[in-house]
Amino acid sequence: MVAALDAKAQALGAGIGMAVTKAQALSPGLIVLDADPAADGEGLHKLALWALQRISPVVMADPPDGLVIDTTGTEHLHGGEAAMLTTLVERFAAAGVEARAAIADTWGAAHAVARFLRPPTLVIPPGEVVAVLRPLPLAALRLGPDTVTGLRTLGFETIGDLLDQPRAPLTLRFGPEVGRRLDQALGLLAEPVDPVRPSELVEVRRVFGEPIGAAETIARYIGKLVEALCAELEKRGLGARRLDLLFHRVDNTLQVIRVGTAQPVRDRKRLTRLLCDRIETIDPGFGIEILVLVAIESEPVSDRQTISSLVEAPEPDVSDLIDVLANRVGENRLCRFVPVQSDVPERSVARVPPLAPETGATWEGDWPRPPRLLSRPEPIETMALLPDHPPVWFTWRGIRRRVRRADGPERIRGEWWTRDAEMTAVRDYFRVEDESGERFWLFRSGDGERAETGSQSWFLHGIFG
Amino acid sequence: MPDRAANPVIADLQQRIAHLEGGAGRVREVLPFGIAQIDSRLPGGGLALGALHEVAGGGNGAVDGAAAALFAAGIAARAKGKVLWIVTRADLFAPAIAQAGLAPDRVIHVEAGDEKALLACFEEGLRHGGLGAVVAETAHLSMTASRRLQLAAEASHTIGMAMRRWRRQTEAGDFGQPTASATRWRVSVLPSAPLPVPGLGRARWLVELIRAKAGESADFEVEACDAKGCIALPSEVADRPPQKEVWRRVASA
Repeated sequence: MVAALDAKAQALGAGIGMAVTKAQALSPGLIVLDADPAADGEGLHKLALWALQRISPVVMADPPDGLVIDTTGTEHLHGGEAAMLTTLVERFAAAGVEARAAIADTWGAAHAVARFLRPPTLVIPPGEVVAVLRPLPLAALRLGPDTVTGLRTLGFETIGDLLDQPRAPLTLRFGPEVGRRLDQALGLLAEPVDPVRPSELVEVRRVFGEPIGAAETIARYIGKLVEALCAELEKRGLGARRLDLLFHRVDNTLQVIRVGTAQPVRDRKRLTRLLCDRIETIDPGFGIEILVLVAIESEPVSDRQTISSLVEAPEPDVSDLIDVLANRVGENRLCRFVPVQSDVPERSVARVPPLAPETGATWEGDWPRPPRLLSRPEPIETMALLPDHPPVWFTWRGIRRRVRRADGPERIRGEWWTRDAEMTAVRDYFRVEDESGERFWLFRSGDGERAETGSQSWFLHGIFG
Repeated sequence: MPDRAANPVIADLQQRIAHLEGGAGRVREVLPFGIAQIDSRLPGGGLALGALHEVAGGGNGAVDGAAAALFAAGIAARAKGKVLWIVTRADLFAPAIAQAGLAPDRVIHVEAGDEKALLACFEEGLRHGGLGAVVAETAHLSMTASRRLQLAAEASHTIGMAMRRWRRQTEAGDFGQPTASATRWRVSVLPSAPLPVPGLGRARWLVELIRAKAGESADFEVEACDAKGCIALPSEVADRPPQKEVWRRVASA
């Protein structure tokens, strides 16, 4: 029997559930591999562990081919839900795994949307689950094949058909499964996620006899947990890069704080600070009964001798500030800008992480650069003498300005090695000053003589101070 | 303020006020501009460390904030240590900041999602103490927020610079609202110095000290930051003969 096949085989007419001999008869060169469910399961478990480190603290393998990720409270670290899904699918694609992803209010709905709707990534806004689920086929409900066939015999095709029916006759005929799956997809019935936990993780937990809820109490116990965790990390010579604090509430739901650090850390104060910063995102509900603190990612850290203050003042360490800010606004929103060897202004700047090694490099060249660069050069109307005179006047955003003084041209050629279209492209940059003293950075696309170098139209690219 | 310190009664009063303000026994450190005309107008002889300062652009600069950014970069370049630069709109072009003396290795850029997150990051940066300066491009700064920032800066001796930058020209009237900052500057562009050949000379600014705590407002015409972040007086101002007015004021004080 064929258990799985790729897109090419599907195009040849093979299908899941077909006998292997029949598939081979369809196309003689078909490559057949024995199905190995155990290895598949193991691979899925590995993927789950990867997602646990990168995406979210609550990840569960959903055999045979899915991952369930609870992203609540982690999407801001990845730049929003849509961006998170796109990166996730791209990361998988780079590793050779074709993946589809969806975010919805419930596990059931996300499961259905990821498998039965066309776009590879999709975010269903809260509250729109019912509208999205209605047109989907019954198979999207995670029901057994027999039940689906039975329901189709009765004339049900989509989930919407089922929703409009009274429950009792369905339950009588097919058992409680149909109603349960429907409720789970709609969020009427809770569906717990049992997160994967690799065994070698450093983990400390605390069970409370009486559930706790006050922020001060939580903060106190976070301090105690961090102390225990740091002792354990020290024993192993490790420092934490990513920490998860899991709150098990009395109503059997899970809430999570995840924090990351730029360098491995096992400083008690810093970790406590990072975790306590996020307490207000936790809703204790009726109380918290178990607190679990896990170092999801840890790296070896060695003690360093600090510089003696007799010789020179130590450079103040800002890595703790960077951690605090990164956990507040998102890691990718902190950066340092470094020079890139490129004359094209918008390509001459690259972003690196704030704690990347310092190179001392700076931008070369004596031409002044404007402190404000428009993300996209804006077309302006000008009158200028060709080929290499600055404009006499120009109109930008509806205001006409007469040019009093100007400097240029600074000729910047296209980078033929990046794109063919830039082979002959030229930009001539001018610094101009209008009558009131405002200074602008203009350029003409083209060298003013030959048409192949550009459109010869003028743009405003930056504002000088 | 040498002209006022000449009177022993006023000097004594000033000392007592400083004592009441809680700064007793602590020498207020300053970052001088290196220009006598400007430094003498600032209490302590320079821009106070551990204080909040406001900078805004004048005219169209209130929206683009180009000159104000360079002015702030020049001050940050002369402060010691790393600099945190927080924005909500990412249109800062790093090479220009480097040309004002602020090496790219020293600046950590933060893109805050909204004004609230920006103020939180601003305060966090000021509170930390390991930074030389924190620059934040913000449109709104309430009295409460500025007081929090001022207190955070006082505790850590970090220069806080709130770069006021608005979405529209009409919102710039917000700059008149009172805040707890120590000084308030407005930087507007002026036509550059004429050159004997076609070209553009060193940029010039009109720097207005609109408000200074325990000081008087003033305005200066200066030349923009050089590669070390220092502003300079135009040569015709720096080298002119001493004005008679200055003497008359001392005599009347």
